[in-house]
Amino acid sequence: MEAFKIFLLVMLVACAVSVSLTKRLLTSVIIYMCYSLIMSIVWILLRSPDLAITEAAVGAGVSGILMLLTLKKIRRTATDDEAKEGSANEE
Amino acid sequence: MKNSAFAGFLRWLDGDPEILLGAEEMTEQPDVPRDSQKQRIHHLEHVLKDHPLPVPRAFSRRNVRIFYAVVSVVCCLVIISCLLLAVSDLPRFGVEHAEVEEVTEKYVLDGLEETGAVNIVSGIILDYRAFDTLGESFVLFCALNCVLILLRTDSREEEHDISYYSLSGDDVLRKSIMFTLPLVLVFGVYVLLNGHLSPGGGFSGGAVMGGGLILLSTGYGGEVTGRFITERRFKTVCFIALSFYCLSKSYVFFTGANGLETGISLGTPGAILSSGLILPLNIAVGMVVTCTMYGIYRMFKKGSF
Amino acid sequence: MLDKLLMNYELAFAVILFGVGLCTLLFHRNMIKKIIGLNIMDTGLYLLLASMGYVEGAKAPIIEDLTNIGEVADYINPVPSALVLTGIVVSVSVTAISLSLAVRLFKKYHSLDLDEIYAIARRQEKEVF
Repeated sequence: MEAFKIFLLVMLVACAVSVSLTKRLLTSVIIYMCYSLIMSIVWILLRSPDLAITEAAVGAGVSGILMLLTLKKIRRTATDDEAKEGSANEE
Repeated sequence: MKNSAFAGFLRWLDGDPEILLGAEEMTEQPDVPRDSQKQRIHHLEHVLKDHPLPVPRAFSRRNVRIFYAVVSVVCCLVIISCLLLAVSDLPRFGVEHAEVEEVTEKYVLDGLEETGAVNIVSGIILDYRAFDTLGESFVLFCALNCVLILLRTDSREEEHDISYYSLSGDDVLRKSIMFTLPLVLVFGVYVLLNGHLSPGGGFSGGAVMGGGLILLSTGYGGEVTGRFITERRFKTVCFIALSFYCLSKSYVFFTGANGLETGISLGTPGAILSSGLILPLNIAVGMVVTCTMYGIYRMFKKGSF
Repeated sequence: MLDKLLMNYELAFAVILFGVGLCTLLFHRNMIKKIIGLNIMDTGLYLLLASMGYVEGAKAPIIEDLTNIGEVADYINPVPSALVLTGIVVSVSVTAISLSLAVRLFKKYHSLDLDEIYAIARRQEKEVF
């Protein structure tokens, strides 16, 4: 169990770093959702099932969906105006 | 004296609707044609893109960026090392610390008897600290209102929906939603109603149910969910849930007690109809959270309900 | 110090997560990256807070045997759990508000880069007034 916990914590740090390092915004949002899922397993290991359910529903679900929708909205605005590609929507 | 608030009030009594018109804040402004100003800004943007303004060399973008990067590296390192120093002095992880136990002891040992909730966390957030949770629901409601203000589109500037981005015609998605959606909704209701017996409660159950609604609206288009969640119903549910919570807990302000005596019998612990006000409060919070999640989603997706 | 940190490695990881989130918040100019960094900072803080309430070998704060509650040490500390539960929900509302602000800024300036937005805004200000 100890090793599993350490593995999860290392994965958390790896996810957090790779969110920062990836170029595409879509990838970093998806990695953030994975991060939240791993976090909810960590909550179960810390014996807080309330937090686990909330984190899985709110962190991985709703926040991620909102970020994905933002990306979609931004891409749509950019294509609507036939603006230059690049700068913002790096995907 | 002529322009004071009192004189204005007298004039208002006499039937003058614009009491502040004589005061200096309300002198008539020449109407600025805002559209032409907007056009000018737009034009300037284009001109400036070709001929950027000269910037002093020391403050050139590159130098500022390097300076900023160095300062932020230093800040990060200082903050992280301070925090690590502090953490290394904290008591050992996982070992009980004898001196912080008073509140916890009260909550754990007397919680079941006083609140009737088997889940101690639920007893804390909805009974001992119910006021805290009331504030939290209002934070969510305020967030919903901010998103409404920021992202709402008028009917005038109707956003034309580009259908090829939308997933709502997809057959695979529809079929899989048909199987998963009942499970998601039932799980949400289960988590919501069993908040005082098992892990979960208003926030998680509401978020799961909101996620279910979001799923439905993604797969079948906003019209399907719009059929049973109209703007009016949405407002009514939010209003009733929040005001029920507010009224049922804010009487503590006037009675001055610790807010645990509700007059409702606590029932047998472990039964679904037990623990007094916690179940209705859970439902109220769950309704607010569901409405907030779905409302924020709709605002991001379409800009209206 | 290092051996103490190794003994307290959960807390050390929480602080490292906080630091990584802070770095993401400071280094990136893209607003969505900044928002994700803020969320990571949040979760790092919650991990620290909830780890303080963890008791080795204890049960989750749900009473199973109704006749015999047992001792305080049988359960983990429920107070940090309750506080963190509040925090998680508040952080999602912060995320929603900041994302909608980002959408509005993008609609006005057609960029997610805060430096560019600032530069455009300053130029407009200089020219118009």
